[in-house]
Amino acid sequence: MSRRLLAAACGLIYFFLMLPLLVVFPLSLSSAPYMQFPPPGLSWQWYERYLDDPQWIDATWRSLYIGGATAVLALALGVPLAFSLVRGKFPGRVLIDRLALAPVIVPTIILSVAVYGLFAKLKLIGAWYGLVVAHTVLALPFVVLVMTAGLRDFDRGLEQAAEGLGASRLRTLLRITLPLLRPSLVSAGLLAFISSFDELVVALFLAGPNMTLPKKMFDNIMMEIDPTIAAVSVMQILLVTLVMILIGRFGRGLRGSAR
Amino acid sequence: MSIRGFWPATPALILLLAFFLFPVVRMLGYSVEAGTLDWYAKALGEGLYLQVFWNTFEIALLVTGFCLLLGYPLGFLIATTTPTWATLGFIFVLLPLWTSVLVRTYAWMVLLGRNGIFNRWLLDAGIISDPLPLLHNFTGVLIGMVHVLLPYMVLPIYGAVRRLDPAIVAAAQGLGASNWRIFWRIHVPLTLNGIFAGSVLVFVLSLGFFITPALLGGGRVMMIAVLIEQQVRETLNWPFAAALSFVLLAFTFAVYALAQRFTRAEGNA
Repeated sequence: MSRRLLAAACGLIYFFLMLPLLVVFPLSLSSAPYMQFPPPGLSWQWYERYLDDPQWIDATWRSLYIGGATAVLALALGVPLAFSLVRGKFPGRVLIDRLALAPVIVPTIILSVAVYGLFAKLKLIGAWYGLVVAHTVLALPFVVLVMTAGLRDFDRGLEQAAEGLGASRLRTLLRITLPLLRPSLVSAGLLAFISSFDELVVALFLAGPNMTLPKKMFDNIMMEIDPTIAAVSVMQILLVTLVMILIGRFGRGLRGSAR
Repeated sequence: MSIRGFWPATPALILLLAFFLFPVVRMLGYSVEAGTLDWYAKALGEGLYLQVFWNTFEIALLVTGFCLLLGYPLGFLIATTTPTWATLGFIFVLLPLWTSVLVRTYAWMVLLGRNGIFNRWLLDAGIISDPLPLLHNFTGVLIGMVHVLLPYMVLPIYGAVRRLDPAIVAAAQGLGASNWRIFWRIHVPLTLNGIFAGSVLVFVLSLGFFITPALLGGGRVMMIAVLIEQQVRETLNWPFAAALSFVLLAFTFAVYALAQRFTRAEGNA
């Protein structure tokens, strides 16, 4: 009896959770010239408007390559860092661990304003690589969390075996260690990409006149609520879902590594 | 003293020092540039700004409360149902979590607006005669933030309920305890760490929230992050923005420190 009550309550809560998605999908296919729900008919007009607008396309490309560059940089810095944190023995290790995870705890607005102040002085506002650097700071905690979890579960006997058989340390790293860590690497890289691709607050300050996709969406929402945003939202949801499916298929689940 | 395996950490360390620690410390330096604490006195002394801190605190507290109220049943259900249902339950918690905050906030604007979906339906159904004010106010911000932060509450609670030994529940049932009694006397006390972890996370994330209050509050609900942004971008008052940032940062760290202390004390007991 109370079990059924619980299920009913959860049904309502799930409805609340899914409501925004349930609204955005039909809205993006609406044939009405303005916001109307439920839509009177179906059309691709909002998707066409997105595809025909060079500003939207421009912003999308910028977000894609900034996200890609962020993933590469976050892996290049975060993977060695994770090795140090798990396998190294040196004073201040705990401190560095805290520092690497701090960007999740420190409110993003503070990081944004602080970096904005610095970049304004360095004339880096509007530079895509400036945004990549700031996004990497934000993505680093994800990479460190996923990679340290992967490294803790790692069977070092396999490396010792390779070295015992005469492989050099570099060869062991390239042929044994990294391939075995591939699921963690895939998850870490994709999470870093998504964290940058979805990021708005830092971009709001640092992007300058060069729009990223979230910033362009923010500006549009501020000016007018037009269903083009719904179409963009749907594409963003589909892209993120695709990435999460890739993580589920080729990566190491966050659920397993959260421990 | 051996320093083994430190060098691989250096590139990341340089990045964190140069583009995280240094800019934050540099900005906080602005707040005491004049050699006085005047900007802090303004932030914490003037009624207008004190009100913003109070608003932020109040919203964070309410958001945490509502997330707990909605998140506990969800986490509990997912943790105690069959594996197939649990997977499905998980997907529908994670799907909104993966959707960008901006997209979700936009959807809430569409739902809650004066000519939004809710008001249209309620008007058409004849339940109300004037549109309800749901957007650009406290209610809108609250709904949007609870929606964004709910998954962060569900996941730790799920974990805590999973760790609960089912034998204890079975024993209580065998001894004739009612479901209600089992819930209050066994589930709640034994999942307190999950409740606590989720609440701290949601509360701290709420304190620094920007996107949702900026859009759903429509300038009328002032939270601390929105105020900081205004001070930097509109008023260009860096020292004051820095002082506000430092107060927010100190408060955030204080909550974390307190939470860690509490968790440790509980672990020792």
